[in-house]
Amino acid sequence: MSNRVPADRLPAAYEEERRERLSYVIGLVLALALTAGAFAVVWLDLLSGGAALAVLGLLAFIQAVVHLRFFLHIDLERSHRDDLMLILFTVLILLIMVSGTVWILYDQHIRMMP
Amino acid sequence: MSLSERLHPGINLAGTDPEGHEAAEEVLFGFWIFLMSDLVLFAVLFATYAAMSVQGIAEGPGPAQVFDLTAAFLETLLLLLSSFAFGFALLAMKYRENRRSVLAWLLATGILGIAFVGMELHDYYVMVTAHAATPQTSGFLSAYYLLTGTHALHVSSGLVWMAIMAIQIAVFGFDKRVKLRLMRLALFWHMLDVVWIGIFTFVYLFGVTS
Repeated sequence: MSNRVPADRLPAAYEEERRERLSYVIGLVLALALTAGAFAVVWLDLLSGGAALAVLGLLAFIQAVVHLRFFLHIDLERSHRDDLMLILFTVLILLIMVSGTVWILYDQHIRMMP
Repeated sequence: MSLSERLHPGINLAGTDPEGHEAAEEVLFGFWIFLMSDLVLFAVLFATYAAMSVQGIAEGPGPAQVFDLTAAFLETLLLLLSSFAFGFALLAMKYRENRRSVLAWLLATGILGIAFVGMELHDYYVMVTAHAATPQTSGFLSAYYLLTGTHALHVSSGLVWMAIMAIQIAVFGFDKRVKLRLMRLALFWHMLDVVWIGIFTFVYLFGVTS
Protein backbone atom coordinates (compact mmCIF):
# COMPACT_ATOMS: atom_id res chain seq x y z
CA MET A 1 0.00 0.00 0.00
CA SER A 2 1.53 3.33 -0.98
CA ASN A 3 1.20 6.12 1.52
CA ARG A 4 2.18 9.71 1.72
CA VAL A 5 4.49 10.00 4.67
CA PRO A 6 4.62 13.28 6.59
CA ALA A 7 7.93 15.02 5.90
CA ASP A 8 8.61 15.71 9.56
CA ARG A 9 8.51 12.10 10.59
CA LEU A 10 11.42 11.03 12.71
CA PRO A 11 13.56 8.12 11.51
CA ALA A 12 12.85 6.48 14.87
CA ALA A 13 9.20 6.17 13.89
CA TYR A 14 10.10 4.09 10.82
CA GLU A 15 12.16 1.77 12.97
CA GLU A 16 9.32 1.51 15.46
CA GLU A 17 6.75 0.76 12.75
CA ARG A 18 8.98 -1.90 11.21
CA ARG A 19 9.41 -3.50 14.62
CA GLU A 20 5.66 -3.55 15.34
CA ARG A 21 4.87 -4.97 11.89
CA LEU A 22 7.43 -7.67 12.46
CA SER A 23 5.68 -8.58 15.71
CA TYR A 24 2.42 -9.25 13.86
CA VAL A 25 4.21 -11.23 11.14
CA ILE A 26 6.02 -13.38 13.73
CA GLY A 27 2.68 -13.94 15.48
CA LEU A 28 0.99 -14.97 12.24
CA VAL A 29 3.77 -17.39 11.28
CA LEU A 30 3.85 -19.02 14.71
CA ALA A 31 0.05 -19.25 14.86
CA LEU A 32 -0.09 -20.83 11.39
CA ALA A 33 2.59 -23.35 12.34
CA LEU A 34 0.81 -24.28 15.59
CA THR A 35 -2.59 -24.55 13.88
CA ALA A 36 -1.12 -26.71 11.10
CA GLY A 37 0.57 -28.86 13.74
CA ALA A 38 -2.67 -29.35 15.67
CA PHE A 39 -4.65 -30.34 12.57
CA ALA A 40 -1.79 -32.55 11.37
CA VAL A 41 -1.94 -34.55 14.61
CA VAL A 42 -5.54 -35.46 13.79
CA TRP A 43 -5.38 -35.68 9.99
CA LEU A 44 -2.22 -37.75 9.83
CA ASP A 45 -3.09 -39.84 12.90
CA LEU A 46 0.25 -38.99 14.45
CA LEU A 47 -1.01 -39.80 17.94
CA SER A 48 -4.06 -41.38 19.43
CA GLY A 49 -6.07 -41.42 22.62
CA GLY A 50 -4.85 -39.49 25.65
CA ALA A 51 -1.51 -38.56 24.07
CA ALA A 52 -3.28 -36.84 21.16
CA LEU A 53 -5.55 -34.89 23.51
CA ALA A 54 -2.61 -33.83 25.66
CA VAL A 55 -0.58 -32.64 22.66
CA LEU A 56 -3.60 -30.79 21.19
CA GLY A 57 -4.24 -29.08 24.53
CA LEU A 58 -0.59 -28.07 24.77
CA LEU A 59 -0.56 -26.69 21.20
CA ALA A 60 -3.73 -24.68 21.93
CA PHE A 61 -2.18 -23.26 25.09
CA ILE A 62 0.99 -22.25 23.24
CA GLN A 63 -1.05 -20.67 20.45
CA ALA A 64 -3.13 -18.69 22.95
CA VAL A 65 0.10 -17.37 24.49
CA VAL A 66 1.40 -16.48 21.00
CA HIS A 67 -1.80 -14.53 20.27
CA LEU A 68 -1.61 -12.73 23.60
CA ARG A 69 2.06 -11.88 23.12
CA PHE A 70 2.17 -10.87 19.45
CA PHE A 71 -1.38 -9.65 18.70
CA LEU A 72 -2.48 -8.28 22.07
CA HIS A 73 1.06 -7.25 23.10
CA ILE A 74 0.92 -8.65 26.60
CA ASP A 75 4.40 -9.15 28.01
CA LEU A 76 6.15 -9.66 31.30
CA GLU A 77 7.61 -6.20 31.81
CA ARG A 78 7.23 -4.85 35.28
CA SER A 79 5.73 -1.46 34.41
CA HIS A 80 2.42 -2.75 33.10
CA ARG A 81 1.46 -5.94 34.78
CA ASP A 82 -2.15 -5.09 35.55
CA ASP A 83 -3.44 -6.58 32.30
CA LEU A 84 -1.32 -9.70 32.78
CA MET A 85 -2.54 -10.02 36.38
CA LEU A 86 -6.10 -9.76 35.17
CA ILE A 87 -5.51 -12.54 32.62
CA LEU A 88 -3.94 -14.78 35.25
CA PHE A 89 -6.80 -14.12 37.67
CA THR A 90 -9.34 -14.80 34.92
CA VAL A 91 -7.55 -18.02 34.02
CA LEU A 92 -7.68 -19.08 37.67
CA ILE A 93 -11.44 -18.44 37.76
CA LEU A 94 -11.85 -20.30 34.45
CA LEU A 95 -9.92 -23.32 35.71
CA ILE A 96 -11.97 -23.49 38.90
CA MET A 97 -15.27 -23.17 37.03
CA VAL A 98 -14.45 -25.48 34.14
CA SER A 99 -12.80 -28.21 36.16
CA GLY A 100 -15.49 -27.96 38.84
CA THR A 101 -18.29 -28.22 36.29
CA VAL A 102 -16.70 -31.13 34.44
CA TRP A 103 -15.94 -32.94 37.69
CA ILE A 104 -19.42 -32.56 39.15
CA LEU A 105 -21.25 -33.42 35.95
CA TYR A 106 -19.02 -36.44 35.35
CA ASP A 107 -19.66 -37.61 38.90
CA GLN A 108 -23.41 -37.17 38.42
CA HIS A 109 -23.18 -39.07 35.16
CA ILE A 110 -21.49 -42.03 36.85
CA ARG A 111 -24.18 -42.07 39.56
CA MET A 112 -26.93 -42.05 36.93
CA MET A 113 -25.55 -45.17 35.24
CA PRO A 114 -28.07 -48.01 35.42
CA MET B 1 6.69 14.39 30.69
CA SER B 2 7.77 10.83 30.40
CA LEU B 3 5.12 8.32 29.65
CA SER B 4 5.55 4.62 29.91
CA GLU B 5 5.74 3.16 26.41
CA ARG B 6 3.08 0.61 27.07
CA LEU B 7 0.10 1.52 29.22
CA HIS B 8 -2.50 -0.99 28.05
CA PRO B 9 -2.98 -4.14 25.97
CA GLY B 10 -2.81 -3.91 22.18
CA ILE B 11 -1.12 -1.28 20.05
CA ASN B 12 -0.06 1.75 22.10
CA LEU B 13 0.07 5.26 20.68
CA ALA B 14 3.23 6.31 22.55
CA GLY B 15 5.61 8.11 20.21
CA THR B 16 3.08 9.21 17.62
CA ASP B 17 0.23 10.63 19.71
CA PRO B 18 1.23 11.20 23.36
CA GLU B 19 -2.09 12.83 24.26
CA GLY B 20 -4.14 9.99 22.84
CA HIS B 21 -1.75 7.54 24.47
CA GLU B 22 -2.43 8.99 27.90
CA ALA B 23 -6.19 9.06 27.37
CA ALA B 24 -6.14 5.46 26.17
CA GLU B 25 -4.94 3.85 29.40
CA GLU B 26 -8.19 4.13 31.31
CA VAL B 27 -10.68 3.23 28.58
CA LEU B 28 -8.63 0.37 27.20
CA PHE B 29 -8.08 -1.14 30.61
CA GLY B 30 -11.81 -0.87 31.29
CA PHE B 31 -12.52 -2.65 28.03
CA TRP B 32 -9.92 -5.27 28.94
CA ILE B 33 -11.90 -5.99 32.13
CA PHE B 34 -15.03 -6.51 30.01
CA LEU B 35 -13.12 -8.90 27.74
CA MET B 36 -12.00 -10.96 30.73
CA SER B 37 -15.59 -11.27 31.93
CA ASP B 38 -16.58 -12.26 28.40
CA LEU B 39 -13.96 -15.00 28.61
CA VAL B 40 -15.69 -16.26 31.75
CA LEU B 41 -18.93 -16.54 29.76
CA PHE B 42 -17.15 -18.59 27.10
CA ALA B 43 -15.49 -20.76 29.76
CA VAL B 44 -18.87 -21.75 31.19
CA LEU B 45 -20.10 -22.64 27.70
CA PHE B 46 -16.92 -24.68 27.14
CA ALA B 47 -17.49 -26.50 30.43
CA THR B 48 -21.08 -27.29 29.46
CA TYR B 49 -19.91 -28.51 26.08
CA ALA B 50 -17.15 -30.64 27.64
CA ALA B 51 -19.70 -32.45 29.79
CA MET B 52 -22.37 -32.71 27.09
CA SER B 53 -20.15 -33.87 24.23
CA VAL B 54 -19.22 -36.98 26.22
CA GLN B 55 -22.36 -37.72 28.20
CA GLY B 56 -25.11 -35.99 26.26
CA ILE B 57 -25.06 -37.64 22.85
CA ALA B 58 -28.26 -39.62 23.55
CA GLU B 59 -29.57 -41.27 20.37
CA GLY B 60 -28.15 -38.54 18.12
CA PRO B 61 -24.97 -38.49 16.05
CA GLY B 62 -21.59 -38.08 17.80
CA PRO B 63 -18.98 -35.37 17.20
CA ALA B 64 -16.89 -37.44 14.77
CA GLN B 65 -19.92 -38.02 12.52
CA VAL B 66 -21.07 -34.42 12.16
CA PHE B 67 -17.90 -32.31 12.19
CA ASP B 68 -16.13 -31.26 9.01
CA LEU B 69 -12.46 -30.68 9.91
CA THR B 70 -11.57 -29.13 6.57
CA ALA B 71 -14.19 -26.43 7.10
CA ALA B 72 -12.93 -25.87 10.66
CA PHE B 73 -9.38 -25.52 9.35
CA LEU B 74 -10.42 -22.96 6.73
CA GLU B 75 -12.44 -21.03 9.31
CA THR B 76 -9.37 -20.97 11.55
CA LEU B 77 -7.27 -19.51 8.72
CA LEU B 78 -9.93 -16.90 7.88
CA LEU B 79 -10.18 -15.67 11.46
CA LEU B 80 -6.41 -15.70 11.96
CA LEU B 81 -5.79 -13.69 8.79
CA SER B 82 -8.51 -11.21 9.70
CA SER B 83 -6.88 -10.71 13.12
CA PHE B 84 -3.58 -10.11 11.35
CA ALA B 85 -5.17 -7.63 8.92
CA PHE B 86 -6.67 -5.69 11.82
CA GLY B 87 -3.19 -5.38 13.32
CA PHE B 88 -1.99 -3.74 10.12
CA ALA B 89 -5.05 -1.44 10.07
CA LEU B 90 -4.06 -0.20 13.53
CA LEU B 91 -0.43 0.29 12.52
CA ALA B 92 -1.58 2.31 9.48
CA MET B 93 -3.67 4.40 11.87
CA LYS B 94 -0.86 4.86 14.37
CA TYR B 95 1.97 5.76 12.02
CA ARG B 96 0.32 7.28 8.95
CA GLU B 97 -3.19 8.38 9.84
CA ASN B 98 -3.97 7.62 6.23
CA ARG B 99 -7.70 7.02 5.83
CA ARG B 100 -7.43 5.03 2.66
CA SER B 101 -4.95 2.48 3.92
CA VAL B 102 -6.73 2.07 7.27
CA LEU B 103 -10.06 1.59 5.52
CA ALA B 104 -8.51 -0.85 3.04
CA TRP B 105 -7.11 -3.00 5.89
CA LEU B 106 -10.42 -2.78 7.74
CA LEU B 107 -12.22 -3.88 4.59
CA ALA B 108 -9.90 -6.89 4.31
CA THR B 109 -10.55 -7.69 7.99
CA GLY B 110 -14.29 -7.38 7.49
CA ILE B 111 -14.41 -9.53 4.36
CA LEU B 112 -12.43 -12.29 6.09
CA GLY B 113 -14.77 -12.01 9.08
CA ILE B 114 -17.87 -12.20 6.88
CA ALA B 115 -16.41 -15.23 5.11
CA PHE B 116 -15.83 -16.84 8.51
CA VAL B 117 -19.43 -16.29 9.66
CA GLY B 118 -20.70 -17.43 6.26
CA MET B 119 -18.71 -20.67 6.49
CA GLU B 120 -20.05 -21.33 9.98
CA LEU B 121 -23.63 -20.82 8.80
CA HIS B 122 -22.90 -23.20 5.93
CA ASP B 123 -21.57 -25.75 8.47
CA TYR B 124 -24.80 -25.46 10.44
CA TYR B 125 -26.81 -25.89 7.26
CA VAL B 126 -24.91 -29.04 6.29
CA MET B 127 -25.21 -30.47 9.79
CA VAL B 128 -28.95 -29.88 9.94
CA THR B 129 -29.76 -31.08 6.43
CA ALA B 130 -27.25 -33.92 5.90
CA HIS B 131 -26.96 -35.29 9.45
CA ALA B 132 -30.28 -34.22 10.98
CA ALA B 133 -28.16 -32.66 13.71
CA THR B 134 -30.41 -29.90 15.02
CA PRO B 135 -29.99 -28.20 18.42
CA GLN B 136 -32.97 -30.24 19.70
CA THR B 137 -31.41 -33.58 18.78
CA SER B 138 -29.20 -34.03 21.85
CA GLY B 139 -27.53 -32.25 24.73
CA PHE B 140 -24.24 -32.45 22.86
CA LEU B 141 -25.69 -30.60 19.86
CA SER B 142 -27.48 -28.01 22.02
CA ALA B 143 -24.18 -27.21 23.73
CA TYR B 144 -22.35 -27.19 20.38
CA TYR B 145 -24.74 -24.71 18.77
CA LEU B 146 -24.79 -22.58 21.91
CA LEU B 147 -20.99 -22.36 22.15
CA THR B 148 -20.19 -21.81 18.46
CA GLY B 149 -23.32 -19.69 18.00
CA THR B 150 -22.28 -17.36 20.83
CA HIS B 151 -18.88 -17.02 19.22
CA ALA B 152 -20.38 -16.38 15.77
CA LEU B 153 -22.71 -13.79 17.31
CA HIS B 154 -19.70 -12.06 18.86
CA VAL B 155 -17.92 -12.03 15.50
CA SER B 156 -21.07 -10.69 13.81
CA SER B 157 -21.43 -7.87 16.33
CA GLY B 158 -17.74 -7.15 15.83
CA LEU B 159 -18.46 -6.81 12.10
CA VAL B 160 -21.29 -4.36 12.75
CA TRP B 161 -19.01 -2.39 15.06
CA MET B 162 -16.33 -2.45 12.34
CA ALA B 163 -18.76 -1.03 9.76
CA ILE B 164 -19.68 1.76 12.19
CA MET B 165 -16.00 2.51 12.80
CA ALA B 166 -15.37 2.68 9.04
CA ILE B 167 -18.13 5.30 8.77
CA GLN B 168 -16.71 7.22 11.74
CA ILE B 169 -13.24 7.21 10.18
CA ALA B 170 -14.68 8.49 6.90
CA VAL B 171 -16.72 11.22 8.62
CA PHE B 172 -14.59 12.32 11.57
CA GLY B 173 -11.11 11.27 10.45
CA PHE B 174 -8.63 10.24 13.12
CA ASP B 175 -10.20 12.03 16.02
CA LYS B 176 -8.84 10.89 19.39
CA ARG B 177 -12.16 9.22 20.25
CA VAL B 178 -12.26 7.38 16.93
CA LYS B 179 -8.75 6.08 17.50
CA LEU B 180 -9.52 4.82 20.97
CA ARG B 181 -12.68 3.09 19.73
CA LEU B 182 -10.77 1.38 16.95
CA MET B 183 -8.16 0.24 19.47
CA ARG B 184 -10.87 -1.31 21.63
CA LEU B 185 -12.41 -3.05 18.64
CA ALA B 186 -8.95 -4.47 17.89
CA LEU B 187 -8.74 -5.99 21.38
CA PHE B 188 -12.22 -7.47 20.93
CA TRP B 189 -11.32 -8.93 17.55
CA HIS B 190 -8.02 -10.44 18.70
CA MET B 191 -9.72 -11.91 21.77
CA LEU B 192 -12.36 -13.62 19.64
CA ASP B 193 -9.53 -15.28 17.74
CA VAL B 194 -8.12 -16.54 21.05
CA VAL B 195 -11.54 -18.01 21.93
CA TRP B 196 -11.62 -19.68 18.51
CA ILE B 197 -8.35 -21.50 19.36
CA GLY B 198 -10.30 -23.15 22.16
CA ILE B 199 -13.21 -23.98 19.85
CA PHE B 200 -11.19 -25.57 17.06
CA THR B 201 -9.11 -27.53 19.56
CA PHE B 202 -11.61 -28.64 22.19
CA VAL B 203 -14.69 -28.90 19.97
CA TYR B 204 -13.51 -29.95 16.51
CA LEU B 205 -10.14 -31.67 17.01
CA PHE B 206 -11.02 -33.32 20.35
CA GLY B 207 -14.40 -34.33 18.93
CA VAL B 208 -12.92 -36.08 15.91
CA THR B 209 -10.02 -37.68 17.83
CA SER B 210 -11.95 -39.24 20.70
